[in-house]
Amino acid sequence: MKHYTEEHEWVEVEDGVATIGITGYAAHELGDITFVELPENGSGYGQGDVISVVESVKAASDVFAPLSGRVIASNRMLADRPELVNESPEEDGWICRLGEVDESELDNLMTEAEYRQMVSDLSKD
Amino acid sequence: MLNQTLLETPLKNDHIGRGARMVSFAGWTMPLHYAGGILAEHHHTRSGASVFDTSHMSQFRITGSGSASGLDRLMARSTESQPPGTCRYNFLMNAAGGIRDDLVVYRMAEQEYLIVGNAGTHRSDLAWIQDSLPDAVKVRDESMETGKIDLQGPESAEVLNLAGLKPATLPAYFRWRRLTLFGENVLISRTGYTGELGFEVYVPWVRTPEIWERLLENPGVQPAGLGARDTLRLEAGLPLYGQDMDEDTTPLEAGFETLVDMDRSFLGREALVVQARKRFVGIRLEGRRAGRHGMAVFSEDGERIGTVTSGCFAPSLGYAVATAYIVKHSASSEGTPVLLNSRENGLPGHISKLPFYESGTARIKLL
Repeated sequence: MKHYTEEHEWVEVEDGVATIGITGYAAHELGDITFVELPENGSGYGQGDVISVVESVKAASDVFAPLSGRVIASNRMLADRPELVNESPEEDGWICRLGEVDESELDNLMTEAEYRQMVSDLSKD
Repeated sequence: MLNQTLLETPLKNDHIGRGARMVSFAGWTMPLHYAGGILAEHHHTRSGASVFDTSHMSQFRITGSGSASGLDRLMARSTESQPPGTCRYNFLMNAAGGIRDDLVVYRMAEQEYLIVGNAGTHRSDLAWIQDSLPDAVKVRDESMETGKIDLQGPESAEVLNLAGLKPATLPAYFRWRRLTLFGENVLISRTGYTGELGFEVYVPWVRTPEIWERLLENPGVQPAGLGARDTLRLEAGLPLYGQDMDEDTTPLEAGFETLVDMDRSFLGREALVVQARKRFVGIRLEGRRAGRHGMAVFSEDGERIGTVTSGCFAPSLGYAVATAYIVKHSASSEGTPVLLNSRENGLPGHISKLPFYESGTARIKLL
């Protein structure tokens, strides 16, 4: 089950490994993505730390770690094809995977229903 | 600027109808991009033809006895030696040799000019020109009487041909003509801001939506917004006023020494004789990550040598590019390595010639 942050990251924990990325809403708002800074394997991050930077033609945007953990993989496909984040933000466009996560931190995040509600409220502005 | 009502071009509703993302720019609400996004609009302009709404730009008509000599004194390049029928890229100067605005001057007749400048400097340009010209010269602000559509891309001449304008009637590079397009008498110049073959079409304000829609009836024509306008102009090495040049920058520092005749008398000339302090350069980044306006530029040995003025991922090249001012004494030959943003782990790149994109069709011969 995915969880979401207010800054439009998603995280999905399976067998103790968290896969993270940015949401379709965030990718759409950024526009055409031209670069994704991938974190290095072995680097540790706290919940809310800047873990990646996503750049579009318009702007650069920090990506915050939805959970604490240590990077065990990042999506090398994005080095040459950053547009995957636009095309498939919550599947093929994942950014990295974290090990050593503390699943209790998921309680600080939104459920999918809560996130969809937040985005729907944002879209009304 | 908070709470200030944004100005609207005659095409605002058309933009919204086409799914444009509207943004505030220089006091105007303008399309940043349409549904297809900036990259698609950029590539389409390099391969086909795009229309850009540039109705926000300022337009001043200068008429009356003394226009030619009066204007000539205010500009870094002569307007008096410019033949009627031509357009000339020029700089409105301040007394310190700085650039008040960069603009295109159209010579309409012996004593008649049309000046097309930036939206952000509209008011200051108007006040300055009015105050600086002799009383007998009339300055008319036509900025909100005439809409402007830029048709840009290698197919743009063909688009006009299909709209009934025979190839022989189209103006040559940096020339203008009055022509009838879709039943409307319009001014068309072969000018633009993309590095591609293109035309700027001046249309009466209220008729602009009709001409825009008629151009877009051609399935090869797509609308493009300010986002693509910026990536296109930067790849083509064309500066943006307020970002790449300002009142503290001289035309010589901005890289236009070959255009400015220093034997001619004009406002600010004396200041230009003093040696330039900085040099405008292109920087090719090694990766896709873009430098941004205001980032520091460092030499290979860690010395702070300058500041980035514009930067983006260059869609037609596949890597990021930037422009910057670096101090005059610093090495700036092509290939000199630099780092952006940080001495230790900055974005690596090297000095590159301008334009970055060299396959532009702007100057091709049509006949």
